[in-house]
Amino acid sequence: MRPVRCLLMGVALAALTLIPSGCGETAKENEILIGEYSSLTGTTATFGQSTHRGLTMAVDDINNAGGVLGKKIKLITEDDQSKPEEAATAVTKLISRDRVVAVVGEVSSSRSLAAAPICQANGIPMVSNASTNPEVTKKGEYIFRVCYIDPFQGEILARFAYNSLGIRKAAILKDIRNDYSIGLAQYFSEAFKQMGGEIVAEQAYSEGDTDFKAQLTALKPAAPEIILVPGYYTEGALIVKQARELNMTVPILGGDGWDSAKLVEIGGQAMNNTFFSTAYSADDPDTVVQNFAKRFKQLHNEPPDAFAALGYDAGLILFDAIKRAESTEGAKIREALAATRDFRGVTGSITIDAERNARKPIVIIAVQDGQFRYRETVQP
Amino acid sequence: MSEFLQQLINGISLGSIYALIALGYTMIYGILRFINFAHGDVFMVGAFVGYYVTPHVSAALGGSIYATGLVVMLIAMAACSLLGVAIEKVAYRPLRARPKLTILITAIGMSFFLEYGGQLVFGPDPKSFPQLIPAGTVVNSQNLVIGINSIVVIMTALVLMFLLRLIVYHTRIGTAMRAVSYDHRAASLMGINIDTVISFTFVLGSSLAAAAAILYASVYPSINPLMGIFPGLKAFIAAVLGGIGNLYGAALGGLIIGLTETMVTGYLSPTYRDAISFTILILILLFRPSGILGKYEAEKV
Repeated sequence: MRPVRCLLMGVALAALTLIPSGCGETAKENEILIGEYSSLTGTTATFGQSTHRGLTMAVDDINNAGGVLGKKIKLITEDDQSKPEEAATAVTKLISRDRVVAVVGEVSSSRSLAAAPICQANGIPMVSNASTNPEVTKKGEYIFRVCYIDPFQGEILARFAYNSLGIRKAAILKDIRNDYSIGLAQYFSEAFKQMGGEIVAEQAYSEGDTDFKAQLTALKPAAPEIILVPGYYTEGALIVKQARELNMTVPILGGDGWDSAKLVEIGGQAMNNTFFSTAYSADDPDTVVQNFAKRFKQLHNEPPDAFAALGYDAGLILFDAIKRAESTEGAKIREALAATRDFRGVTGSITIDAERNARKPIVIIAVQDGQFRYRETVQP
Repeated sequence: MSEFLQQLINGISLGSIYALIALGYTMIYGILRFINFAHGDVFMVGAFVGYYVTPHVSAALGGSIYATGLVVMLIAMAACSLLGVAIEKVAYRPLRARPKLTILITAIGMSFFLEYGGQLVFGPDPKSFPQLIPAGTVVNSQNLVIGINSIVVIMTALVLMFLLRLIVYHTRIGTAMRAVSYDHRAASLMGINIDTVISFTFVLGSSLAAAAAILYASVYPSINPLMGIFPGLKAFIAAVLGGIGNLYGAALGGLIIGLTETMVTGYLSPTYRDAISFTILILILLFRPSGILGKYEAEKV
């Protein structure tokens, strides 16, 4: 009993010491406060962990290089537990209590869509690192992103299936409660049909489901040559595994929501003959990429995934904008962000267009024997 | 037809797991007359115990997959039994004389404690559960595939339910359990140690949850500290549907929920899945308030 009690006391003490650092930060003279909301826990925890590591690295880099406008960047991070409603609460807290000058986040479009109106209403610029649904930046002129958008991603996936794999009959299994998944499915099927392909069947699931055999069994009689699963890695891996158990050996295709080492950890050998699109590949021989990957690996003992790279880029673009704005005022940072042209990030050359989206290349990855293999890069 | 058969297999395999969890809810309700909301989280802990002990067990046994699976399941059952008994001692026993609502709220608190404590101890990200049931198929035709895992799940569930029946109806402690479920006070006047019986009930319920967790995680190999919420909820519905407090009812309810979910998802739309499960629950409670196999109890005023 005694060691257990000691352990509990220790946990309680640790929790107590954590609380004060979490609420009501105030900016010191020589600091610029940047807020981050991120899914550090919950169903898409690896996304939040990755972007957080990338962003922290960007903050350290800029501070080691002397900071911005003669001040140090201080990052305040809030965990949204992979829930949209928590994202809204976290951003409200960052803006109204911590008085941050800008907000970075989120990966999930549903969470970014929950937080964006709050940033817009307060005139605080928000830079999404990886939300690809087009609706996100339509929330207002203060909302930006450093990733590509789903109409582009959907089109590239459709072209890849139609041209590179020579497929004419596709089926879709999408997450019905996720803006990203619904959007990507729609853009894929539009592009695929336009090229002359056919969507032979469509089924849906909800995030958090674990049994997909019913949907897969229903897709099977339509005899699709490929299945698009535009969801996140946990469900993606389980779906592929169960499809293989039901003798469905066709290629399975995903979007950037699949980009996590957990995909092959959960899916294992079943993941062979699957492909997904993402923002970047650690195999890219480019020196900027290799340099980033090497330093990231030294710090965290694993190669950075696309979300770490996007998190890093989101930070760098924001700091660059603050530098050019020569001010920490929301409106001025917004203008500088909108004027970003050909910024050389880890995820390629980034230009912010009139809709505040990033125009940038896309990478197709093939999964083989538990490894992510670089397949091709498509320019915008 | 073959598609229907396939969905039937899918549904029975899912339903067997719900049935095992539902048995725990129903037994504890039968004895203590309250819903142990932490039951789904005991299930989660069972999966994590399996996750952590498998590499050691596998190394010790030299890699035989069925033996490893069996030993891992027994270890998880033992660990969860201890956890169940501890939860009862710490959280429920001191409140036994209080109104039922107090103990119900405590159960919800215990559930949150395990979920968020689990995030602290195990980490919040999903983990990949090791393979304890060999991949492969028993029936493998173009239209019908029955995996080894479906068969193992269904068989294990049947064996466990048979053992449970044996314990409850053919042993001294089982007789004591049934006596306590009829009347606490009368049973204690007959010399039955109520505390022992309640602890034993928690041992049985929690070990079934652990067994269900090992099966569930083997079939759906992604585990996380919040994984117990949904299966827990579904199993709770199954227990109420079948008639809470009734062992056969829990098994039947689990199967009905599993089959309904699979059929609705396969033939209608997954959007309606939960809506239809709950509609069935409401309909059954309207016409048979005590569940399908539950017996009607007059409230004495």
